[in-house]
Amino acid sequence: MSVLVFVENHAGQFKKAAYEAASYAVQLAAQMQTTAAAVVLGTVAEDTVRSLGKYGIQKVVCVQDALLDGFEAHAAAKAVAEVAKGIGAGVVVLSNTYTGKALAPRLAVKLQAALAAGAVELPELNGQDLMVKRTVFSNKGFADLALKTAVKVISITPNSYKLVENEVAIEVENRNGVVSAADFKAKVVEVKKVTGKIPLTEAELVVSAGRGLKGPENWHMVENLANALGAATACSKPVSDMHWRPHDEHVGQTGITIKPNLYIAIGISGAIQHLAGVSGSKVIVAINTDKDAPFFKIADYGIVGDAFEVLPKLNEAITKFKAAN
Amino acid sequence: MKILVCISNVPDTTTKITFSPDNKSFNATGVQYIINPYDELALTKALELNEVAGGGTVTVVHVGLADAEPNLRKALAVGADDAVRIDAAPTDGFQVASEIATYAKDKQFDLILCGRESIDYNGGVVPGMLAEMLDLPEVNVITSITINGGLSQVERDIDGGREALEVSLPFVASCQKEITEPRIPNMRGIMMARSKPLQVLPAQGGALHTEVSEYALPAAKAGCRFLEVSEVEKLVELLHSEAKVI
Ligand SMILES: Cc1cc2nc3c(=O)[nH]c(=O)nc-3n(C[C@H](O)[C@H](O)[C@H](O)COP(=O)(O)OP(=O)(O)OC[C@H]3O[C@@H](n4cnc5c(N)ncnc54)[C@H](O)[C@@H]3O)c2cc1C
Repeated sequence: MSVLVFVENHAGQFKKAAYEAASYAVQLAAQMQTTAAAVVLGTVAEDTVRSLGKYGIQKVVCVQDALLDGFEAHAAAKAVAEVAKGIGAGVVVLSNTYTGKALAPRLAVKLQAALAAGAVELPELNGQDLMVKRTVFSNKGFADLALKTAVKVISITPNSYKLVENEVAIEVENRNGVVSAADFKAKVVEVKKVTGKIPLTEAELVVSAGRGLKGPENWHMVENLANALGAATACSKPVSDMHWRPHDEHVGQTGITIKPNLYIAIGISGAIQHLAGVSGSKVIVAINTDKDAPFFKIADYGIVGDAFEVLPKLNEAITKFKAAN
Repeated sequence: MKILVCISNVPDTTTKITFSPDNKSFNATGVQYIINPYDELALTKALELNEVAGGGTVTVVHVGLADAEPNLRKALAVGADDAVRIDAAPTDGFQVASEIATYAKDKQFDLILCGRESIDYNGGVVPGMLAEMLDLPEVNVITSITINGGLSQVERDIDGGREALEVSLPFVASCQKEITEPRIPNMRGIMMARSKPLQVLPAQGGALHTEVSEYALPAAKAGCRFLEVSEVEKLVELLHSEAKVI
């Protein structure tokens, strides 16, 4: 029973989450004393495919049907399930991205597999079961989930698992004709990529602001700091509700859940619903005029002060630091 | 249109999460339950779609025990026509999807709407599993939907942007915020809800795919290190050399 990892590509490129999934699959395979193979869908340059060898992937099946260049869950699930069955995969690993979230449930049903969505660590083996740690209650807790079926599917939360380099020789097998037009149930008519800024879900550094910023006209201060840091911008719910910022920046229980290395919260009180979306961040900095703001209870570093005074100073300090490093 | 909306019953967003002393179960004592916020969006959108279409029905379905019935009544008060409770304690996404699929398979729904995920177990797996079980298309995390005849235009969040799609009815979709604002029941709705049908069906049962063996709370933070406004350079230095994040 080997491990298969679905490595998602976006316009032929692998992002960090894809390599994390590959690396996770290799480590899991080592635990299970088996090997890890990868499956790639659509057109991806061979050099890119071979880059998976750096993380210990020994074999890649490339389903090259050009139809698969745009992701569609129904067709993708068919292709991945076919490869999984072909190699006798006992575990299928993928990223818990929007792509993975669309694919994993279909795949699990096709493979009659138990699914752990959003794993944050490598599993533990327990006889035939795998014990997978995942977050529950919107980051307010963890659950160890026993996967009790013969075949298992695990999707991993981006930025939870550290890449392990482990270069090996890699074998690439190309396949074609796995899907047909009839497998595509939804037709993509337009893709609008966010350009010119770092997508929040992929960001390692995030600068976020709340109602304390007083109005949309002050957001240049937040953006300047984000630019200086190379960070994405985020906001609290009322800020997006009032249309000060776009909805896709709203983090929290009813917005996006993120897990960056650094989250800087400026003028955000730290309501429980907000913290639910960001408390998984590795390091949190809170800046708030109110020394009793709840955010300070989960922050690693705090400055009690006025954002309008702190932000320009912090921006200057970051710019200076970046120039020197 | 004949629309099915899947409803999950979840702890209120302000709930302080605790577990039993042996960490084997969630401590529900004193916890207020609400309709999952994303499912509220799905319900509201279903009502809006039928208003635009000039007719139709909205059925809400829930897999769970009798304690969820007040929230099913709330869904009826918001405007659903009837409610179905499949009588089983929900344990995992596969079980919930299987029960709903069994219920829905011969009912010819034009559209099945779910929330993007439930805010308790956060799996986000029911809509996709349900679609696969019913052999229907599914579009996840949708932020808008319109329907023209048998064809629907939807937009969904994708990694690094947004995508517009076309999909034929029937299909399953999971709703993301921005799709609409949740509707709040009015007095008339609350009165009418009392006499709307709430049907309880037996569960099919089946082998469990997953089981939670233990819960844990996140590790407590070491505490916040406070710096003065004048110490921003020191903060940057600490983020670099101590926290190692920049
Ligand atoms: C069902 C439900 C779901 C929700 N989901 C979410 C969610 O997903 N995400 C979310 O964010 N919220 C969510 N909320 C809302 C949440 O409860 C809070 O209302 C919200 O997070 C508050 O946003 P805020 O911190 O920006 O604003 P406020 O609570 O108004 O806080 C503003 C903060 O800024 C500080 N401040 C003011 N002026 C300055 C200054 N000049 N410099 C520095 N600091 C200053 C204040 O001290 C205060 O702490 C939800 C609520 C409900 C009921």
